[in-house]
Amino acid sequence: MKRIFILSVVCAVALCLVAVSVPAQTKKEAFKYEDKIGVVKIKKGDPIHLACWMVVAGPDASLGTDTKRGVELAIEDKGGKILGFAVKLSVQDTGCNAEGGQAAATKLAADPTIVAAIGSNCSSEAKPGAPILWKAGIATVSPSNTAPFLTDPKRGPEYDGYLRTAHNDKVQGAVAAEYAFKQLKVKKAATIHDGSPYAEQLQAVFAETFKKLGGTVTAQEAVAPTDTDMRPVLTKVATGKPDIIYYPIFIAAGGHITRQAKEVKGLEKTKLMSADGTFSPDFIKAAGDTAVGMYHSSPDFSAFGAGYKTFLEKHQKKYGEKPIAPFHAHGYDAAMIVFAAIEKVGKVAPDGTLHIGRKALRDALYATKNLKGLTGSLTCGETGDCADPMIAIYQMTAENVKKQVIPDKPIWSPAVAAPAKKK
Amino acid sequence: MWGEKNRIFMLKRWIERITPTDVVMWFIGGAILLLIFWGSTATLTAKTYTVHHWFDFIIFGLAQGSIYALIAMGYTMVYGILRMINFAHSEVFMSGPYTAYYVAAAFYSSGFLDQHPIFSLIMIFLVSMATSTLIAVLLERIAYRPLRTAPRLIPLITAIGASFFLQYTFRGFYGSGFQAYPVVKILEGEWALGEFRILKFQAVVIVAAAILMAALYSFVQRTRLGKAIRAVSEDKETSSLMGIDIDRMIVTTFVIGGMSAGAAGVLYALMFKQVHFFMGFIPGIKAFTAAVLGGIGNIPGAMLGGIFLGLVESVGPSLFLDGLGIVAPYQLKDAIAFIMLVLVLIFRPTGILGERLVVKKA
Repeated sequence: MKRIFILSVVCAVALCLVAVSVPAQTKKEAFKYEDKIGVVKIKKGDPIHLACWMVVAGPDASLGTDTKRGVELAIEDKGGKILGFAVKLSVQDTGCNAEGGQAAATKLAADPTIVAAIGSNCSSEAKPGAPILWKAGIATVSPSNTAPFLTDPKRGPEYDGYLRTAHNDKVQGAVAAEYAFKQLKVKKAATIHDGSPYAEQLQAVFAETFKKLGGTVTAQEAVAPTDTDMRPVLTKVATGKPDIIYYPIFIAAGGHITRQAKEVKGLEKTKLMSADGTFSPDFIKAAGDTAVGMYHSSPDFSAFGAGYKTFLEKHQKKYGEKPIAPFHAHGYDAAMIVFAAIEKVGKVAPDGTLHIGRKALRDALYATKNLKGLTGSLTCGETGDCADPMIAIYQMTAENVKKQVIPDKPIWSPAVAAPAKKK
Repeated sequence: MWGEKNRIFMLKRWIERITPTDVVMWFIGGAILLLIFWGSTATLTAKTYTVHHWFDFIIFGLAQGSIYALIAMGYTMVYGILRMINFAHSEVFMSGPYTAYYVAAAFYSSGFLDQHPIFSLIMIFLVSMATSTLIAVLLERIAYRPLRTAPRLIPLITAIGASFFLQYTFRGFYGSGFQAYPVVKILEGEWALGEFRILKFQAVVIVAAAILMAALYSFVQRTRLGKAIRAVSEDKETSSLMGIDIDRMIVTTFVIGGMSAGAAGVLYALMFKQVHFFMGFIPGIKAFTAAVLGGIGNIPGAMLGGIFLGLVESVGPSLFLDGLGIVAPYQLKDAIAFIMLVLVLIFRPTGILGERLVVKKA
């Protein structure tokens, strides 16, 4: 009798345990979210933390401020919420150099709440920065890195978390060279870079294309980004008697070259051409009246999608000025593909916690297809090139310089020149 | 006979004093010299550059060098009197032209600059020199004077701290971006010198710097105050026993250093147009190099060192490296400048005009 009693008690206890544990287990099974790298869990009421690592101080601040505004407007257009969670944006300055990029990325990597990053601006920042972020499982979408290396198939697995909505300079350099050779009909070109991956690779593409078209490259010089006295190097460039100088560098050094080129004997009539890195009112300030008549290769505003006009209106309303660099729309698009990817992989658990898998997010970003952005239709390739690159050539007028605004209409673009070629 | 013996004895002692390090250093120095000679010969025989080009290179170098020289004066004078490197001097240099920019911009927008360019320029110079002097004096009073009896490393670290403090204070005042100096119309264009030509503002920079340096040098050498400064830098205790107010002399040194840095700043801004809170860093490092190159503590040495450095930066890459077939030599201009420093220090450890005295006191 006693035995039966004990048995029944044991059975009852066991049953109770099962009864208690079964619902618990089923509850766990109902929400299971795994990821190879890690899962960001955001409690109900907490924001989704996105980070910008951009150059927002120093001489190139216009570049980062412009892309940051693009991201901010994208968040606004989203209503400030993804999957019902508020979006928090933090910003780290990157200084447009490798050290700054490394420091900013290290800081972001140490913050486990960051879901994804948008940046960097200068290719030199991304080179050390992107691997640091990806080591921490943070994917980053750059709105303005254009150096070909960053999306090269040989870039290595440490760049697996890196994508960009900016064009690849393989396109920009070729367009610039084509314009110089075919439209300006110049035969001799010289290039100057500043040792940054962006400038070095862009001028290399330009020189290569220019030579292929049949032109001569008289010099491929280099300066340091902090140099101020460009007259000696320009004197050296002048010995080759180039018809055009292409210097796709940044604002401070670019301003010095533009001002001083006119003072060097033999370069009085030489045409000057720079690229998207200096396409900003700050550059006009740095170069002054000497910027009148010079050329810039930069993204083609006139080829941007239908939403661009409303974007410009919102921009004007919010910041009280026109965009101050060429990559605001790319910043907007970078934010948009991040939002789309979060919406795709984010799962809300029954207790209201949002789960976002880092690997899943990265894969979703890479799987972006035909997303209608401001800059065109975005499809991310295997190596992270998402842009629909359309480059045009702009020319500074006296009016632009006087008002310190960048031209909003290109003078030439390959798409307009050869519509048949356009995909 | 005795003289011969003595000479042999001297030679023996000299050989005894040579260490393997010396031999290695001389070897390195010799190799650099050989390379320079080889590169220069190759460049000159290739005849890529005409006399006009070389003349331009030299003028560019002189203009840049005279600015280095003016800044270097501040480093070298403070070193002479306090035996410390005033690393915040580059911020003294920055503060002047950055503040004077706002005066220049106001003159420009009101059209005053074009109507009375000379008067405007004098005003800009005065504002810049006054600001730099004020910063230099405050620096001495707040950061260095309380530490005068402290071990030598302490004021050095303080100087670096003060440098950061000033940089970011000015960033707070004027923002992190840059400002562009207006163009002064009378300084645009060029003058012809026979068949050569010289850019107007470069001529102005060179002449102004030369006048300032001559004035400062004669002030230190000829006046009573200058004599007192020199006495303090020789020996503080003795000169205070002679009735010289040491504090006043040290402040005077900082005032002179600040004034020359402020003037150099405006010349720099006229030449390069851009001013920002970080602009002092590179010229500061270069001027410090120039001061060491010329023999730190020695005023003519600082001038010579500055001009030498400017010339090497301008002429060097073309002259030394072009003939060796090195691509983009101007990227290496800083490397060349510092190799020159190494070269000078190998053969003359106290700098071009360095005094033994400095070594004894150090």
